[in-house]
This record gives sequence, structure tokens and C-alpha cells, in this order.
Amino acid sequence: MQSHKYDVVIVGAGGAGMRAALESSKRARTAVLTKLYPTRSHTGAAQGGMCAALANVEEDNWEWHTFDTIKGGDYLVDQDAAEVMCKEAIDAVLDLEKMGLPFNRTPAGRIDQRRFGGHTRNHGEAPVRRSCYAADRTGHMILQTLYQNCVKQNVEFYNEFYVLDLLLSRRADGVEVASGVVAYELATGEIHVFNAKAVVLATGGFGKVFKTTSNAHTLTGDGMGAIWRKGLPLEDMEFFQFHPTGLAGLGILLSEAARGEGGILRNADGERFMERYAPTIKDLAPRDIVARSMANEVREGRGAGPHKDYVLLDLTHLPREQIDAKLPDITEFARTYLGVEPYTEPVPVYPTAHYAMGGVPTNIEAEVLRNNTDIVPGLYAAGEVACVSVHGSNRLGTNSLLDINVFGRRAGIAAAEYAHDAALPELPEAPAVFVSELLAGLLNSTGSERVSAIRTELQNTMDRNAQVFRTDESLAQAEADIAELKKRYAQVSISDKGKRYNSDLLEAVELGFLLDLAEVLVVSARNRRESRGGHAREDFLERDDENFMQHTMAYREPDGSIRLDWKPVVVTRYQPMARKY
Amino acid sequence: MTAVAERAAATRSDAAPKSRPVEVKIRRYNPEVSPDPTWVTYTVDAFPTDRVLNLLMKIKGEQDGTLTFRRSCAHGVCGSDAMRINGVNRLACKVLMKDMPDKLTIEPIKGLPVEKDLVVDMEPFFEAYRAIKPFLITNTANEPTKEWLQSQADRDRFDDTTKCILCAACTTSCPVFWTNGSYFGPAAIVNAHRFIFDSRDAGAEERLEILNDREGVWRCRTTFNCTDACPRGIQVTKAIQEVKQALLFRRV
Repeated sequence: MQSHKYDVVIVGAGGAGMRAALESSKRARTAVLTKLYPTRSHTGAAQGGMCAALANVEEDNWEWHTFDTIKGGDYLVDQDAAEVMCKEAIDAVLDLEKMGLPFNRTPAGRIDQRRFGGHTRNHGEAPVRRSCYAADRTGHMILQTLYQNCVKQNVEFYNEFYVLDLLLSRRADGVEVASGVVAYELATGEIHVFNAKAVVLATGGFGKVFKTTSNAHTLTGDGMGAIWRKGLPLEDMEFFQFHPTGLAGLGILLSEAARGEGGILRNADGERFMERYAPTIKDLAPRDIVARSMANEVREGRGAGPHKDYVLLDLTHLPREQIDAKLPDITEFARTYLGVEPYTEPVPVYPTAHYAMGGVPTNIEAEVLRNNTDIVPGLYAAGEVACVSVHGSNRLGTNSLLDINVFGRRAGIAAAEYAHDAALPELPEAPAVFVSELLAGLLNSTGSERVSAIRTELQNTMDRNAQVFRTDESLAQAEADIAELKKRYAQVSISDKGKRYNSDLLEAVELGFLLDLAEVLVVSARNRRESRGGHAREDFLERDDENFMQHTMAYREPDGSIRLDWKPVVVTRYQPMARKY
Repeated sequence: MTAVAERAAATRSDAAPKSRPVEVKIRRYNPEVSPDPTWVTYTVDAFPTDRVLNLLMKIKGEQDGTLTFRRSCAHGVCGSDAMRINGVNRLACKVLMKDMPDKLTIEPIKGLPVEKDLVVDMEPFFEAYRAIKPFLITNTANEPTKEWLQSQADRDRFDDTTKCILCAACTTSCPVFWTNGSYFGPAAIVNAHRFIFDSRDAGAEERLEILNDREGVWRCRTTFNCTDACPRGIQVTKAIQEVKQALLFRRV
């Protein structure tokens, strides 16, 4: 076992982690731990853009952006957080440009902007050009630019270090504070204990609980899983976004920018069906509405293809030069993976599990909450792992790239400033015991269950029972399946017993996190007997503000069961109203 | 439009998925077990729509959990799974089985130390990348309050090289790099190009001096392996040529 001491430890090196690192490493001794290499993080897969009311191409302001974010989130957004995000969006984009990000340009040489789902002029009048973009690889450019600046700033990375446990210690005054993390070094199999004054979680989401997903294989919710096992709460886990346009059957993301550039969704009859569901902004309605509309078309027999199980994204009316300049990557995905030529053929698409609106509850300083009001001093979270909550029950497109930049920056500054005044906390007794026992248990197991089989069954039941449409019956089925799979997981064994790059062991650990988080998702979803944003209950079709305009808070009890509670939504200036587009 | 939709539907039904057995021969190496690499052949069912990565995952999940390789996004944007597939460098997640024969030979990328099976030590590769100062260098004295202005035409000059995902497929396909590991390699030069030709950047001289080094651009023998290998379609050799030109004429 090796020991390290830092002021700040950042877990995860995607957009949020590296944005935090750029701030923190200027102010405090900082280490960034990632289970990958920084440039492999899934921020790099984001495509369409990052919204900010720069008003470079048409009138816009951050208040309109705030309103759209709150309405898009179906009024479960904490409005103070949305205000912060949309106000700071403008500097966040300008900061990235100055760091070198090659945005597309207007004829005047300014950052160009385009339309995106749910982003409107003057509170819903018409779509507005708000998304700042670099072709259809904006996330790639953000990830590269942040990494480049980390290189410039000599940020200290521990690559392929997998954090498996968060350490908490009691301070002299009895308050529980973050004191570090325990990581497993993939190359050597060694366990490392990092003692730190502050810890920033930036580990991303857990889309791999689903079978059809745009998420990377590595998105297994490790950060959420680690705090969950410590008895800290998870917020709004029932809200998972299904992105409308995944490549049919594969789930690979095709950016909403395709519709921002003029692409149209059609059913088997060639009908532009979004005109029926969202008469004003049609194909640029928020993702939850478009995904449900697509699923409904398929359900009512108007799906395309031999099995009538997808709809079509039509770009054939767009000039080829526009496709090549603005959407080169996604059209390449259609060619490579489906053999479809988007110049001349519509692309088969279907909703794909994309983004966790819920996660580790934080306040607007990115401090992690241990209940509705109290923080865990020294513990911060930002990005998809966190729930601040700027996305409410449905995130608008581009607001995730914004979230990681605004709250990643805030987390980095806050953590470093906290570390400046705090003493290095004492580690708990035998800090690595939990991790060494977890790993030894998996390495020594002689059970007969396979990781891949359990994972596949988990993903199947989640796709079948907890996807775009849900009922109490379907969710109960998922809950029962997960309980059964958890029993089988106790009997899981692996074949690689070595120390070197043991990815077999890693996948087994990840599966444990996925099972825990899937259970929280399903239990939270059963308890929310209404339909709101990304959570559509067929047995409770309406939004019910009287009973459910509040955040779900899930806690793990010592016996492993889940206790649910509520947390009020922060409302500043927008009272809930019917959500029509 | 209906006609178009029907045509698409017809294309889809033609591709009725049918699997076939494929022999996948993999170069295995684990110094914990044996100092010598061995070839192991697995037979696995492949659908035309399967990517080579799917086959590796099936082998790992169902036949041999010790098989080790890196992967993440699985659709060609993260750069984790570069490997030699039937003698050429590819991302395993971008090669579809409909385009492949019944026998596959898979090896780690060449020229970097092999750690285990298909996992190589990426550190020398990233060291070369870091050496070319891969970040925007500006005259901060006249920094604008808003964004730097840049025409779309100026932006287009380095568009191609911004696509790089640092997968190392180009560098490890380069015969010069195989014989001389201290050569910067195509990926580092591509990333230098991305900044040298950026109108906002003021560090071109520094970078050109670095690339003028013994182990710099002049080692390139224009074999085009790098361009063929790039999964992002970057014109790597062209970018290297442009850097050479800039060095010759000291003008970007």
C-alpha cells in the first residue's frame, strides 16, 4: 500500500474534473485521479455545443436561457442554480475560447451560434441561436482544450487509478469531513491511500445500467456508488434522460444539432410527426418530449423499418456543404455503423439512455450535502455525478457542457479555498480495509456467476422496464430482477487473479456499483407517482405539483435497504405552469 | 419523402442479421505468467453489424476473462482501443465484421512497450505530445475582453488537425517510429500543426524550433502509413508537409 498527501484530490478527468483542476492547481497542491487517460473521458463524445447568451448572431440574454432551463426541466430545477449557470455561461464560453478552443465563427469572426432543443427567444416564442459550437465535436474540443491547458499548467495526473472508496473522518468538533480517497492502480494492482483536505468528485454518470445507451463502457457510476456506500444521499435518481436520436439498435449518439441545422424526424409514412406533439418548435422540443413522441409513434404502429421499431432522421433536404461543415462526425457514424448515406437516405434513430439528471446533491458552491441542509465539509461534486440541480427532471441539450464548465470551475475554486484554511484531517483507522476486502472477496470467490451475464440481464430489465415509459408494474418487475441479480452477484467470480491491468476485476467492481444505482433509480421512480420531464408514468400521466414538486432524496440504511425522503425545490422567480412547446 | 422512407426500410430488411463463426487469433502477453508472448485463437460468433470490439468483449465475457484491452466510448471518439487488426492499425470499435474475413489476427500497436495483451505503455507517446507545447500561446498584453476574433477561413486552416483523438494509431504505424522510438512521431506533429496554423497563436517559432530537432519532422519519410491509419480521416502526411514547408520558409 502506498500513501500520498495532497491539499485537493479530484476524482475524474473529464470536463468537470479538468476544469476544476485548472482552478485548484493554481491555488493548492492538487492531484487528479482518473480510471482512464484524461482524453478518453466521455465529455469528448458530446457533439452539439454549449449554450450561452452571447447574442453574437441574434438578440438573447441569460434570463431567457434561465427560463428555458427551468421550463425544460419541468420546474424541478433549483432556480438559484440555474441563474448562476446561465449568468456564468457567457464567461465560461469566453474562457474556453481564450484557452484555445476553436469555435466555429460568424462572418465577423466572433463565436458562431446555432439552434438547439428547448432554447428559445423571449420565453418560448421561437427557437433562438444560443449554442456555441465547434462542428459536431464540441465536447471533443472542450476535452482537448482543457487537457492542453492542464499540460500547460503542469497539473499532476494519476492515470488509470480507479477510486473505490471515499474516506470520511470525524473532526474534533464531531463533524464528519472528507479526508481522502482509496484508489486501485490498474497497472500494478497496488492500493493507494490519498489523504487530502478536500475531495472533488467528477466521475460522470452511470448510463451502463441500460442496454441501449450513448454512454461509454466506463460510465458505471463509481463516484455515486462510492458515496452511496458511505450512507450519503443521492438525489432525483429516477430522472434519466433518453436522447431521441440514437442510431437505431446501437444507441450511438446523433447530435440534436442535426435538428438544430434543420433535420426533421419522420415516421414510416414520411410524416413530420413532431408537428402534432409540439406545434410551435416541433423537432426542437426538449428531449423528453421528442423521445416520448418517437416511442409513441413506434408503439402506435407508425415506426419505420422491417420491424417498425424506429423512426427516421431526415437530412436529405440539407445542402451537402452544410452537412459536411456542421455535422461531419455524426453523418460518418451513420455511414460506418448503419451503412446509411445521410445525403440521400434518412437515418434510422430511436431513443438512447443518455444522461443522469440526478446524482450527488450539492449546493451552488458545489459542496456535497449530507441531508437537505447540511454539507460534508471538504467534499465537492460537479458535472454529471452531481445534482445541483440545474437540470431538474429533464436537461436541455448543451447544458451539460455548460454545467461541467461552470460548476467544475466553482468546485475547483471552492475546494482549493477550503483547503487553504483547513488542516489535513486524520485518516480513519485502517483506511484501506474496505477496498482490500472488496477486492480480495472478488479475487478469492469460487462462485459460478459471470460478470457479463449479470450485467447483460441488468441492462435488459432496465431497458424493458425503466426506459421512456414506466408503470408501477414495470418498475416492480425491474426491482425484483435487480434483487435477484444482487443475490447472484454475491456468487460472482473472475478468471483473472493477477495484479497487472486486471480489467476483469475492475469490471466486477463496476457491476457492483451499477446494481446499486439501478436499484436506487427504480425505487425512486416507483415512489414518484406522477409524470414529469424524463420520468413518464403511464399510470400517472399528469404532473402533480401539489404532491411531487420536490426532489427525491434516497438514503442507504445500514441494513442495505433504501429510505426515501423529499427536498424542497428552490423557486426564485418562475412559478410552475403548463409545459407546452 | 415516403419513397425515401421505404427505400431505407428496404435496405434495412436486406441486411437480415445472420451470424457466422470467426477465428480470432490474439497475441497474448502477461509477464506475470510468462516472459514470452503467445498466440491464442478463439472462435466466436460474429454478426455483420458487430464491431471487432464486440468480439473482444464476447471473448472476455464468455470465454476468457483474462484477455486485456482498453476500451471506452466504443464509437471512435475516445481513442482507447487502437490495435493492429490483420496487420493494420485500427480502432477496434470502428471496424465492422461485415467488412472482415473469417479470420482475424489482433496484436497490440507497435513501437510502444507492451504491458499486457493489447495494452501498451502510452507514456512515451504522451511525452512526445507534451514536448511540442500543445496549448495556445498568446500575447496576453493585448488580450480582448470578449473572444479573440478569427475569420472562418483562418479557422479552417487547422480544422483537420483539431480532430485528433490521441489514439496513437498513426505514430505506431510509422516505420521511422518503430526503428527510432525517440522520433516525435506523426501525432505530436499533427498537434503542433493544430497550433502553428492557428491565427490566434504566437508560439509557432518555439514549436518549429522543437520540430527542427534531430528527432523532429525531418525524420518523416512520407510513407503515408499514418494517413492510412488515422481513424479520424486526418490528412496526417499533408499536415507534416505543411510543417516542413513552414520550417523551410519560416512562414506559416
